[in-house]
Amino acid sequence: MWAYAGRRLLLAIPTLLGASIIVFAMVHLAPGDPIAAVMPAESSQAEIEATKRAYGFDKPLPVQYLVWLGHVVQGDLGRSIATRRPVILDVRDSLVNSLVLALSSSALSFVLGIALGLLAAFRQGRALDKIASAVAIVGVSVPHYWAGIILIIVFSVQLNWLPAMGAADGGGPLEYLRHMALPTVALSLIPLGVITRVVRSAALDILNQEFVLALRAKGLAARRVFTHVVKNSAPQIFTVLGLQFGFQLGGSVLVEAVFSWPGTGYLLNLAIFQRDIPVLQGVILVLATFFVLLNLAVDLLQTLVDPRIARH
Amino acid sequence: MAIATALPHELEPVAGAPMSYWRTVAWRLAHDRMTLVAGSALALIVLSAVLAPWLAPYDPNAGSIRLRLAPVGAPAHILGTDEQGRDMLSRLLWGGRMTLVAALTPVLIGFVLGTGLGVLAGYVGGLTNTLVMRTMDIFYAFPAVLLAIAISGALGPGLPNTLISLSIVFVPRVVRVAESATVQVKGLEYIAAARASGAGVGAIMRHHLFANVLGPILVFASTQVSLSIILAAGLSFLGLGVTPPAAEWGLMLNTLRQSIYVNAVVPALPGLAIFVTSMAFNLLSDGLRDAMEIRA
Amino acid sequence: MRKHFPLRGGVLQRAYGWVRAVDGVSFDVYPTETLGIVGESGCGKSTLARLLLRLIEPDAGSLTFGGEDVRGASRPRMKRLRRDMQLVFQDPYASLNPRLTMEDAVAFSLLVHGTPRGEARELARALLGRVGLDPRLYGRRYSHELSGGQRQRVNIARALVLDPKLLVLDEPVSALDKSVQAQVLNLLQDLKVERALTYVFISHDLNVIEYVSSRVLVMYLGEVVEAGTADALAQSPKHPYTQALFASAPSMDPDRRMDRPPLAGDPPNAIDPPSGCRFRTRCAFAMPRCGDAPPPLRPVGATHEVACYLYEADAAEVARRR
Repeated sequence: MWAYAGRRLLLAIPTLLGASIIVFAMVHLAPGDPIAAVMPAESSQAEIEATKRAYGFDKPLPVQYLVWLGHVVQGDLGRSIATRRPVILDVRDSLVNSLVLALSSSALSFVLGIALGLLAAFRQGRALDKIASAVAIVGVSVPHYWAGIILIIVFSVQLNWLPAMGAADGGGPLEYLRHMALPTVALSLIPLGVITRVVRSAALDILNQEFVLALRAKGLAARRVFTHVVKNSAPQIFTVLGLQFGFQLGGSVLVEAVFSWPGTGYLLNLAIFQRDIPVLQGVILVLATFFVLLNLAVDLLQTLVDPRIARH
Repeated sequence: MAIATALPHELEPVAGAPMSYWRTVAWRLAHDRMTLVAGSALALIVLSAVLAPWLAPYDPNAGSIRLRLAPVGAPAHILGTDEQGRDMLSRLLWGGRMTLVAALTPVLIGFVLGTGLGVLAGYVGGLTNTLVMRTMDIFYAFPAVLLAIAISGALGPGLPNTLISLSIVFVPRVVRVAESATVQVKGLEYIAAARASGAGVGAIMRHHLFANVLGPILVFASTQVSLSIILAAGLSFLGLGVTPPAAEWGLMLNTLRQSIYVNAVVPALPGLAIFVTSMAFNLLSDGLRDAMEIRA
Repeated sequence: MRKHFPLRGGVLQRAYGWVRAVDGVSFDVYPTETLGIVGESGCGKSTLARLLLRLIEPDAGSLTFGGEDVRGASRPRMKRLRRDMQLVFQDPYASLNPRLTMEDAVAFSLLVHGTPRGEARELARALLGRVGLDPRLYGRRYSHELSGGQRQRVNIARALVLDPKLLVLDEPVSALDKSVQAQVLNLLQDLKVERALTYVFISHDLNVIEYVSSRVLVMYLGEVVEAGTADALAQSPKHPYTQALFASAPSMDPDRRMDRPPLAGDPPNAIDPPSGCRFRTRCAFAMPRCGDAPPPLRPVGATHEVACYLYEADAAEVARRR
């Protein structure tokens, strides 16, 4: 099993390397002069050139890439062109906020999703199944940014129960939580739908297997059948949970935009408009790395739950 | 020594051509209630988008500030007006065209390119397979939303760039499904039998592989459409997709966002449109998957 | 005319070792005979079947058919050669394309070789009739509408449509009910006589092998351990493994019931087989020299060969007497 883990880890390295190349290429191959766009309008050509040289933008691209990569491995993601702060600091702060949001939204969607999915599977065809499946398909189809806006309309504008924007810096933990409530719900809708459907489908596959029918015919207690189903659908469920967590971490951009939640998505948005290349590169790279490591962790966890996988 | 021709179960002579697999699929689709409802809704949406130039009562870009944010049910504007006084109904109709094109095209591109690449990698195997799949893995390292935003952010706004960035998101996903299906079919014995008959790679692909592999790929592609709609509109929502003053549902959602304090219903409309369309596609793809199952 | 199949070895590679699927197997196939190949699952029979038709490339050895070299054949020549040798597969379910009608499935081979569509379909329908499936009833059906026995008949028709000289049958009746097995086997016998075919018949079922074969090869873990005419083997099986196989065949006679199975345990791993004679770990007669080197195939009668050190003395006798 450790051989398998080692191999997967090794495979992750070229993937990360490739991802870093893509990140670099994306940002640098974009049209438009990044420096000129960020500097004040009256800057002379000489000033622009000087800034370029200071940031190393005048060297050939492959060299720039290697230089950047070298710094990255040492933990230095450069400095923001707009704010002059080290990128790593901004990324760290925003990552914390995004993680908090992703974790709470995941908790919500995982618990509800698994509950609904299992409910639907065990009551297949009956009213409860239809309701749960309907909820699932609504969840999967709803644009989460729109859901966020609706939530704001209902809970902030009309009812004035919860705040609409930001994370209330300096407001203390209770305020933080109040600000977190709506974005969490908005972000959890699509994963809720996906998880419910996958759990339902996986549980049904097991339930409909002939030997389970045989067990039930023999009068096996409902709880034992339940445990059996849960244990056997666990691998599939784990996979989807991992994927959805990744979605909620990397895909929080839209929700953060709606709620002005100061996470990585927000930072990304800002960097795009300011064409702040170091920040752009840093944020995307960190998120991608996170995602790759997350997938790796999910894969390894899989082999613990389902030993068949590791042996191939 | 006579050979018994009285076999366990008798079949009647086949009158005319039997139902081919695809015909069966079509029949099942036409007889499933949920699919019919979703299909009709979708047909309505697509039709109204296509016929927008003739259906829209007003020019979607013409508006006067005087009439801004008229509520739903206002005398001359049945769905109200937006923050610049433009008629909502017209903008929704025209917006539908934009959103549907921006969402469906990348899925189509993904389907065609992805299938070609995936089947090739799956059938040929070896180094080609490793190269293709590892490259796709690199793109898989990014969550879909992030990748779309990052590429769009780099390329800049505008419809062509949106199409490019979304296609890049979908191709690797389709490649994965196509390769996996191909590898599975390749191992089945009728492929070996075809090779034993002397068939070359081209003949095998054409007659045996594609028909059997297309099914799962089609089902997968259909599930991606709703994601594509949400992504395309989402990009415009962030200002990375279609540019103003064009009408597009995501863009409309963005510009109307500030107005929720004045009028709650009108800003919700574009999102409602995205939601309904997305759900119709999901129901349709569910029906497709059920219809394509091989059963008696 | 002889169909000559000296095939020395072929190994299947894994990333961390070698699965010795077929190792040092060499034999000839004579026209219009039925050569039976019998052995347990995992002994390399199916790999051998595919090697014979060059569906898998051998790692070493030669393969000739009617004097022509098959292993080195170019693509166009290989295509021509394929007309002469065909394979009937074991699994009647996976061996038919679920999207093709039965007549299309049979006709496909003809289309590949350039027969015009109409003629191909006619020939296919005729052949379906010959194997006992009325083309008017079965021609336009799909595989999921047919039973296992019916599908296997379609497989046979498909194999015969190119008018081959050699048919390799990889466990063709193993997946069928006993009553249906008999029907299909009888069909195969009739066809063989009608068309002067040569069969290489692979099975794990000793009864079936006895019924159809003129000569038999016994395989164990990738090697041939005994070879000879069916009668010679049935009357006096020499190799301990062959003896165990014959003893294991369940008998309907209640007086001949067994208390214990004659062979203990499972076959060892083909990735790391025992040194020397591969059967020695399960052999009741194993001697120290069995672990040194694999025993070669030596004659122990006019039409009987064995690879076992127990018979070294006999073999020397026979060789001297010749």
